[in-house]
Amino acid sequence: MFVGAIFFPLLGASISGFLGRWIGPKAAQWSTVVCMVLAAICGVLAFGQVALSGQPTTVPIVTWMDVGGLEMSWALRYDTLSVVMVAMVTFISTLIHLYSVGYMAHDETPARFFAYLSLFTFMMLMLVTADNLAQLFFGWEGVGLASYLLIGYWYDRESANRAAIKAFVVNRVGDVFFVLGVALIFLVFGSIEFDVIFATVPQHLDDRFAGVPALELICVLLFLGACGKSAQLGLHTWLPDAMEGPTPVSALIHAATMVTAGVFLVARMSPLMEYAPTALAIITVVGASTALFAATVGCVQNDIKRVIAYSTCSQLGYMFFAAGVGAYKVAIFHLFTHAFFKALLFLGAGSVIHAMSDEQDMRRMGGIWTKIPVTYAVMWIGNLALAGIPFFAGYYSKDAILEAAFASHSGVGAYAFACGMIAAFLTAFYSWRLLIMTFHGAPRADHHTMEHVHESPPVMLIPLLLLAAGAVLTGYVFAPMFIGEHEAGFWRGAIHTAEHNHILHAMHEVPAWVPLAPTVMGVAGIALAYVFYMLAPGIPGWLATRFRGIYLFLLNKWYFDELYDAIFVSPAQRLAAVFWKTGDARIIDGMPNGAAALAVGVARGAVRIQTGRVANYAFAMIIGLVLFVSLFLIGR
Amino acid sequence: MNAAGFPLLSLLTFLPLAGAAIILSVRGEEAVIARNARWTALWTSLLVFLLSLLLWVKFDTGSAGFQFEEKLSWLPEFGVGYHMGVDGISVLFVLLSTALTPICILASWESIETRVREYMVAFLILETMMVGMFAALDFIVFYVFFEAVLIPMFLIIGVWGGPRRVYAAFKFFLYTLLGSVLMLLAILYLWYNAGTTDIPELFEYQVPRAAQSWIFFAFLASFAVKVPMWPVHTWLPDAHVEAPTAGSVILAGVLLKMGAYGFLRFSLPLLPEASAEFAPLIYVLSIVAVIYTSLVALAQEDMKKLIAYSSVAHMGIVTLGIFTFNAQGLSGALFTMLAHGVVSGALFLCVGVLYDRVHSRDILRYGGVAKIMPAYALVFMLFTMASVGLPGTANFVGEFLVIIGAWQVNPWVAFGAALGMILGAAYMLYLYRRVIFGRITRDDLRTLLDLSPREYATFAPLILLTLWMGIYPQPFLDFFEATVTALVARHEAAVSVSRLAGM
Repeated sequence: MFVGAIFFPLLGASISGFLGRWIGPKAAQWSTVVCMVLAAICGVLAFGQVALSGQPTTVPIVTWMDVGGLEMSWALRYDTLSVVMVAMVTFISTLIHLYSVGYMAHDETPARFFAYLSLFTFMMLMLVTADNLAQLFFGWEGVGLASYLLIGYWYDRESANRAAIKAFVVNRVGDVFFVLGVALIFLVFGSIEFDVIFATVPQHLDDRFAGVPALELICVLLFLGACGKSAQLGLHTWLPDAMEGPTPVSALIHAATMVTAGVFLVARMSPLMEYAPTALAIITVVGASTALFAATVGCVQNDIKRVIAYSTCSQLGYMFFAAGVGAYKVAIFHLFTHAFFKALLFLGAGSVIHAMSDEQDMRRMGGIWTKIPVTYAVMWIGNLALAGIPFFAGYYSKDAILEAAFASHSGVGAYAFACGMIAAFLTAFYSWRLLIMTFHGAPRADHHTMEHVHESPPVMLIPLLLLAAGAVLTGYVFAPMFIGEHEAGFWRGAIHTAEHNHILHAMHEVPAWVPLAPTVMGVAGIALAYVFYMLAPGIPGWLATRFRGIYLFLLNKWYFDELYDAIFVSPAQRLAAVFWKTGDARIIDGMPNGAAALAVGVARGAVRIQTGRVANYAFAMIIGLVLFVSLFLIGR
Repeated sequence: MNAAGFPLLSLLTFLPLAGAAIILSVRGEEAVIARNARWTALWTSLLVFLLSLLLWVKFDTGSAGFQFEEKLSWLPEFGVGYHMGVDGISVLFVLLSTALTPICILASWESIETRVREYMVAFLILETMMVGMFAALDFIVFYVFFEAVLIPMFLIIGVWGGPRRVYAAFKFFLYTLLGSVLMLLAILYLWYNAGTTDIPELFEYQVPRAAQSWIFFAFLASFAVKVPMWPVHTWLPDAHVEAPTAGSVILAGVLLKMGAYGFLRFSLPLLPEASAEFAPLIYVLSIVAVIYTSLVALAQEDMKKLIAYSSVAHMGIVTLGIFTFNAQGLSGALFTMLAHGVVSGALFLCVGVLYDRVHSRDILRYGGVAKIMPAYALVFMLFTMASVGLPGTANFVGEFLVIIGAWQVNPWVAFGAALGMILGAAYMLYLYRRVIFGRITRDDLRTLLDLSPREYATFAPLILLTLWMGIYPQPFLDFFEATVTALVARHEAAVSVSRLAGM
């Protein structure tokens, strides 16, 4: 069961990837679906055993390496934290597989697509069940590879290739810091196995490295690694471009796998993070800034998938600042609920795109809600959950995050609370902007497209309905376990909180207006969107021309891409050319080639010495030998 | 006598020469000779490989000393003897050489059409020289093999190479020879003072501190060119571009390891204080190599040149690891050497597959190959990812260990090395995208055939090794462990003694 949850997806990927050509696309894709269903069953059973009945376990597989005290093994670590992730990932990934059967029906190479999807899932599962940092890194890079393959799935599109490489390389920037962090952990703790590290934290509280507290440095480095995977401000640029992949891929990347890895890492390393207050402050500030930044950008995007992508970015910011104020459990809870409604939103958007003959621009949609009522309904549910409207899943987790930020009573906590509040307002605004632009108003698509608008087949609708149920229920059902009265019995120390950390209690004792405020903000955002896009559709256009600078700034995503292009990409290209043409060809090769020319000249002269008489050669040799030996003797 | 019960290492070294002799003795029509040469070379190299597996099985990984030793007196009055043996550092390189040779011969099966007999002879002689060099335990014997390797390689590039083969061959030869002359002087000095050229005996001899620096630089001149380290690397891209595919494979797979092997075998144990003193210099050169050549690789338009430059970057990681003087760094360097031997060899084979079909190495000439050759695209992807250092493939283990080792020395050194991870991903994916992905723009590409059974056979062992070394590297690391531990202990002892004396 424990092994099955992880390795069934790999089995599915192998069958589909290697045998796909022989068994045909139908058999290939259904075999991956079956494997995923089996994995999900195992995952849910494991969740029952580990999280609900409280039997954490580690399944060893084999020793990976053992070099001068650096020991690590392949092993599956099942504690509450990892089993929550395993259950969530396998469940959502199964639904996405099922959905893809319908969505990719007209694709040329479905076997390849499903192999990648399953591989992606497998790597994510390896990541969350790692029992040491090297194995975690294996999964970490594995999801990077799989996302690269999936984003670039339509490889004859230039933009898809570009986005795929961008995703991989930007992630690599984060990975560098991650690897350095792991190396530092090994230096400080003498091990990279979680059990050893966590057990010896108290002995290393005062260790310093290069003049800075070692734990702080480790946590900052790991967080920078997490920034890459989880698309936090600075390293977020790959995420919106990742839309180039097929829509189910976006759902998988944004909901269950990949982007959640960074949050997971921070939670996993909570025993260290707890003793690194500066690092936590940095996490809080970056997370809060990302939440606000992405929400502002999301308000002006016109591509339906891009809006949802920025909302992911923003929600990840929430998770990070929750972890930053010490509420790791709340962060994981939000990760958990978010996975359901974000998968729902993406797959719903996919259903819309499917209906609109692959149109993604919301300016060319509208007026289709009667034609695709199921999709319309589930999109409503997804957006209600995302906006944190009471009793939907997002309400429980997002409210808890804001309460925690408020309850932390620190400067960065206040900043996070403020950012989170504004972002909550903006989130509701762009969610309803999306809903209204997509489904309501006069149809803006051409006649031909409108005629073809149709509801998706059942194989796509069933996953949507299941996810919608998740988006409604997960908050209410799981809140007591994750963050409520049963949390201690649920987590059983899988997430460590230090003696001084009372955030989970403090957040229940905030003033009465605090839990209400996010809801008010959400409703206000919805109202504003209603006014802007239903009642007075002229206002947004007027605002855009009136405040053109701000509008362009937001539309161009705060000019991050242009900035990086100017600072890193172009200089690297120029430098490359200079190094090659001047450094290598002219300077380094110039010298020996000059020397060679000289040698040719000398050789021409030397030819004259070549007389062909043996005696002459022997004489020259003897002279040379004498010279050499005397040099040697004198030199001593 | 030794664990094998017979002079295994000498047999491994000289058996290829017997194969070469057989090939030379065949008479008949051109086609008959060519066919015979191919099969004889293949069987000889396979036999050598099978024999060399005895090393894998019988090598005692618990011992740090030399094993499978053979000793014959040769010039006893000069203290020069024929001495062979392997320890944890060299044993896997013997295996790498014997494993890559049959693969190379298979890879040249159809692409070499002229002078097949001479080509196969050159390859077998090359194998003799490589194995001999890694197994030699006498400095003079080592030197002979070390230099003699150049001759068959020179011929392979110069005779069967591309249009600028003569320039490349001479550049290769002169560069590598120039450094070696200085090494010869250093060897003479050691022999003159220690009275022996036997390597284990030399280990007992303490080189005077003043002389260490000079010898270190003499060695550096020779080994740095072979590695190659920046800034003496420019012979490599030219040599690779002009060499036939199999020549590139051996060049990248084995010959590039000779310099690093030299550092490990001679510089570190014989000159501990000088090595420690000049380690910062090596760090700087290594990091410059990683960043500089990675950037240059980004700008390349020739597939082979790009991979050649990436080799220089990877070897920068190796030299960095060697001079960290700790167990992780050294094991990582050794592992990277092995991994790079397999992976870059495989990458050159990948280029060769396309070159055999289209006769162009120009990146822009391709595009959309994934659609026509899906199996090839998959193989190429695997090795691209291995070159990038994805965990689960061979390169990752080595790089990771080196970074851990470097971090112990200096965080900035580790950071510099880690930057190579980003650039490496950039240039390899950029290459892959332009060749394999994209739209098919040239119609003649549409008729290309996917991998043939012979090509599958050449790739299969390399794929297996890459994944094995990545997922379960422990058997390989076990080989290094005892020797590396001893080397580290020896180095630390020597350096601390000199520190005490200096106080």
